[in-house]
Amino acid sequence: MGVMTYSQAGCLALRQEMEANDKVWALGEDVGPEGGVAGQYLGLQKIFGKERIVDTPISESMIMSAAIGSALLGMRPVAEMRYADFALCAADEIINQAAKVRYMLGGQVRVPMVIRQPIGMRWGMAAQHSQSNENLWVGTAGLVVVASATPADNHGLLKAAIRCDDPVVFMEHKELWLTTGDVDESAGPIELGKAAIRKTGKDITLLSWSKSANDCLSAAALLTKKGIDAEVIDLRTLWPWDRETVFASIEKTKRILVVHESSKVGGFGGELLAEISENFFGKLKSAPTRLGSPRIPVPYAKNLEDLCRVDATMICLAAQKLVRSGQKL
Amino acid sequence: MISKSKLIDATAVRAMLLCMHRIRQFEEAAGLALKDGHVRGSVHQYSGEEAIATGICHHLLEQDFVSSYHRGHGHAIAKGVSPARMMCELFGRAGGTSGGKGGSMHIADFSKGMLGANGVVPDGVTIAVGAAHAIKMQKRPEIVVAFFGDGAMNRGPLFEAFNWAKLFNLPVLFVCEDNGYSVTLKTKDFTAGPPFIERAKSFGIPTYSINGNDVVTVANMAGPLIDAIRQGSGPQFLHATTYRWYGHLAHDKGLYRDPAEVLAAKEDDCIRHAEAWLLQHGANAQELTSLAKQADEEIQYAVKDALVAPFPDASTAWQDVQDIGSPSWA
Repeated sequence: MGVMTYSQAGCLALRQEMEANDKVWALGEDVGPEGGVAGQYLGLQKIFGKERIVDTPISESMIMSAAIGSALLGMRPVAEMRYADFALCAADEIINQAAKVRYMLGGQVRVPMVIRQPIGMRWGMAAQHSQSNENLWVGTAGLVVVASATPADNHGLLKAAIRCDDPVVFMEHKELWLTTGDVDESAGPIELGKAAIRKTGKDITLLSWSKSANDCLSAAALLTKKGIDAEVIDLRTLWPWDRETVFASIEKTKRILVVHESSKVGGFGGELLAEISENFFGKLKSAPTRLGSPRIPVPYAKNLEDLCRVDATMICLAAQKLVRSGQKL
Repeated sequence: MISKSKLIDATAVRAMLLCMHRIRQFEEAAGLALKDGHVRGSVHQYSGEEAIATGICHHLLEQDFVSSYHRGHGHAIAKGVSPARMMCELFGRAGGTSGGKGGSMHIADFSKGMLGANGVVPDGVTIAVGAAHAIKMQKRPEIVVAFFGDGAMNRGPLFEAFNWAKLFNLPVLFVCEDNGYSVTLKTKDFTAGPPFIERAKSFGIPTYSINGNDVVTVANMAGPLIDAIRQGSGPQFLHATTYRWYGHLAHDKGLYRDPAEVLAAKEDDCIRHAEAWLLQHGANAQELTSLAKQADEEIQYAVKDALVAPFPDASTAWQDVQDIGSPSWA
């Protein structure tokens, strides 16, 4: 057990998987001596050489295709997209190829690969370097979608993603890179499709993932002071999402607030609440509710960017209203 | 031990002629089956272009790979994929190469090194380069041939593929089948700058232009290029000019083309050229007729079998989506 950053935990997971399986390799811009934008590949090229930690040109289509083509021949590539926004340059290769090859070809082949996509707002990176587009990937049949919120989860989930036989979109939040936590270096993969109950509670379920799950945990601490006992669920795997854990929680709390950083309109929260509403119609004590960013491109100026953020205070206020003062926000 | 390309003698040309007949008959049958409503969606016929796939695949070993595009039947047949299973795929039957779930644009057979046709230009090429990358990493002896049309020469990812293949010195043969058309438009009318072969050349990839309607020329050119790639030369680029006898799709009558142009192209028939070559090299007319008949019968059997083959079970629609998170068949 050791304390390390979220970035170091990801690096450790990749190192361990590369040591265990010589089919695992990573490719992307600046993953070599530079070690990735956040040090998530730091030192790996020295250990594994230029053939397995591969610096590439700025060619997202080809990075993704090299991953797909090599996966078809039995490799297990980890394709680094640098920023989730740049994965859109390879959206064709992800959506039309990686996600569908196994199905279209009648199950002749598998495409085991990980698409690492750093997401989220950080440092005023503005509209093209701040997005969280999980709704795109969750809506694409064939993909597994993972978002980690803690160093230990980044370690265990990345290991699981690398071992998965289907393509996995692995979303790491840029604002979490430097957060620290205990990581059991000898821990194995965390089962995909299983949510984590980060705090148990009985009054309301706060359902979230990635950085927003941490914000929900902070909000739950604020709520405790106000006499509200919130349960916090970190989904961890967005597709497939853990219906069992989520439904059991709502069965208990009868209240659900979904929180995500991406746009509320068209966001994955809408899908979750639709499923929850279909299953809990008439049983809930308050309206199933979402918090997300407004449907605007992420602006640059600090005060404007902040308008896109859902923080612990907002979550706390929303939960209080739902628990105390009636049906709707 | 590095294998050497095959000698192009009368025996080889006879085998290639049979392959070209097979492709031609397959495409004729596919067109008819589409008209009759047995085949759905898109069928892009390779008729007229058979010599390119045939002449190149003649040199490939079973374990070598090819990737293709929407006009992909010829490459699959030339690489040894069963026309009967391909016909079943076109007919949407369970016994098809993809179990009836892919159709014409997604024919693949990994047991024959056929990585797949592809519905998106030029994704077959970029994936082929990825496969070549794996071959190099794994220090395997195979090579990859990426077939694509002239229309692809205006798609950005193709140039990422050229750059990547050269940069990493990968064992890939790029084959541009230039039939002059990007769907309904003449490619030359929509291509700026010097002839597009210069684009491949600009990456430092050796490029060659040949008459793609002469299977002997294609095979004689492809052999040494494939040998060079096996010996570690890195990528090579072969530009083969040809003509698409039919429209972009079997539905498309190709009325945007001058009928005289089509007629002239049909005179320049790769099958007739191969027959003429064989007649000059000791074959007799009867022997040639029997080759055509053999292919015709084979394809007619494929059609008959496909017509009565079972459709896929409905439950297969739910299969092979993904291991976890796949919907269940209720």
